Amino acid sequence: MAIEARIKQTPKPETGVLGTLRETAKGLWSLIVGLGVTGKYFAGKQVTVHYPRQTVEPEALTGYRGHIELVGKPKTPDTPRCIMCMKCMRICPSGCISIKAQTEKLPPQPEVEEGPQESQVPPPQPKKPKKTLSKFSLDYSLCSLCSLCVLHCPVKSLQHSKHVYWAETDKKDLTVDLLERLRRSAKEAS
Amino acid sequence: MMQFTAIPEPALRLVLCIVALAVFIGLNGLLLVYMERKVAGHIQRRPGPFEVGPHGILTPVADALKLVGKQLVAPQGADPWLFWTAPILSFMPIFVLFLPIEFGPGLFGVQTNLGLLLILAFAGFNVLALCLAGWGSNNKWGLLGAARAVAQSVAYEIPLLLSLLAVAFMTGTLDLSETVAQQGAWPWQWNLVTQPLAFVIFFTCAVAETNRAPFDMPEAESELTAGFHTEYSGMGFGLFFLAEYAEMIVVCSLATILFLGGWKGPFLSGAWWFLVKMYALLTVMMWFRWTYPRVRFDQVLNICWKWFIPLALVNLLATAVLVKVF
Ligand code: SF4
Ligand code: SF4
Repeated sequence: MAIEARIKQTPKPETGVLGTLRETAKGLWSLIVGLGVTGKYFAGKQVTVHYPRQTVEPEALTGYRGHIELVGKPKTPDTPRCIMCMKCMRICPSGCISIKAQTEKLPPQPEVEEGPQESQVPPPQPKKPKKTLSKFSLDYSLCSLCSLCVLHCPVKSLQHSKHVYWAETDKKDLTVDLLERLRRSAKEAS
Repeated sequence: MMQFTAIPEPALRLVLCIVALAVFIGLNGLLLVYMERKVAGHIQRRPGPFEVGPHGILTPVADALKLVGKQLVAPQGADPWLFWTAPILSFMPIFVLFLPIEFGPGLFGVQTNLGLLLILAFAGFNVLALCLAGWGSNNKWGLLGAARAVAQSVAYEIPLLLSLLAVAFMTGTLDLSETVAQQGAWPWQWNLVTQPLAFVIFFTCAVAETNRAPFDMPEAESELTAGFHTEYSGMGFGLFFLAEYAEMIVVCSLATILFLGGWKGPFLSGAWWFLVKMYALLTVMMWFRWTYPRVRFDQVLNICWKWFIPLALVNLLATAVLVKVF
């Protein structure tokens, strides 16, 4: 519907001798308008950034999707929100994410005695072993920035960073531990 | 024993002239390459070349060294004779084109009363060179570019000649020095005032003649990779490139002489007025290039055959009648 409306707005080229002349005059005028536009740009300010001498602040990089990074919890920014569900690792088409989790060793639970239930207090639930993230490494040399991991994280623990000026001379250096990176940036922020 | 003074004076002048012209073309080539890239950059809101030298001023020198240092490669199946003749053929006539141009009072290569004719005759050589280059390189893009160059030249040559003929009618001479002499120093004494239509037609056709955007179909990068010079590397390409810039200088000089009063200016007439006017026209040409999209082939033919030829003819007839009456 919208497209149809737009098509109707486009005027048909005029015909006949006078019409052709008018069309030609319009065309010639458009040439001058075009020169005006480029002339204004020529005289105006430049919009490009002179990298390595100049860089852009991360805040100004709206819409830039850099490599992925972990998102910290609101209260403890050095701990990621990640619940180690491994969804991102499985969805990644390039296999760049590898996650290692440590399971907490719990002391053996005392046996709950079977017998007549005298007290009304229910026995304590067996405590689940606590899992902690010990490594979250990203091989950026393989990442295609497809965003699938970000979209699939159930707790929004992943986002694209604004880390634009990243270059390495060795491919191995492109593998980073995002957990360490998160801790470092949390420390810098505090 | 032959004395040094035994060398005939015109011959000495010619040799000196050619050496001076070679330097002039080379230096201007470098300057124009730099200007072109800067203009392109600023129009696209970026700084253009910036790294080599202050504000990138040495970039064209680096470019030239790179071109000179590159290996010359001819494609398999190419005709070696035609392939290597073409760039030389495109560059050589440039010297002839510059000879009758009067840069300042008395500053010209040869005194001839047929200067305009000489330039028009030798400017056509470029098309032949492009044709040989396209045919000789055994490449479909090259061949298509060559075919376009020929067809385009058929379209623009006629209105170009007709528009210049109107000026020649008015001044009654083909001598470029004489044409300048007949114009005054102030802008309203220039031929531009009496022949504005001829100027517009000439300048548009001149853009086509030099194969520059929006009429750069023989080398259309987007569809023909590089057209006729697809297969050229190193100085083979460099010569075509230099020839293109030299031709730009020639057509802008011609426009300056015929329409803008040549080296005459309101104050301090001299060669520097010539250079100012010439470079202003060159800048306009570059401005065109980075503003207009390339026209389609049939559009060039339409512009030239349906508009420029009739307009130029009417202009010529009107000039002839007015010259006869007054
Ligand atoms: S953005 Fe795509 S390729 Fe990169 S880590 Fe995430 S899922 Fe893998
Ligand atoms: S999908 Fe999110 S929560 Fe799951 S492992 Fe990846 S980052 Fe952690």
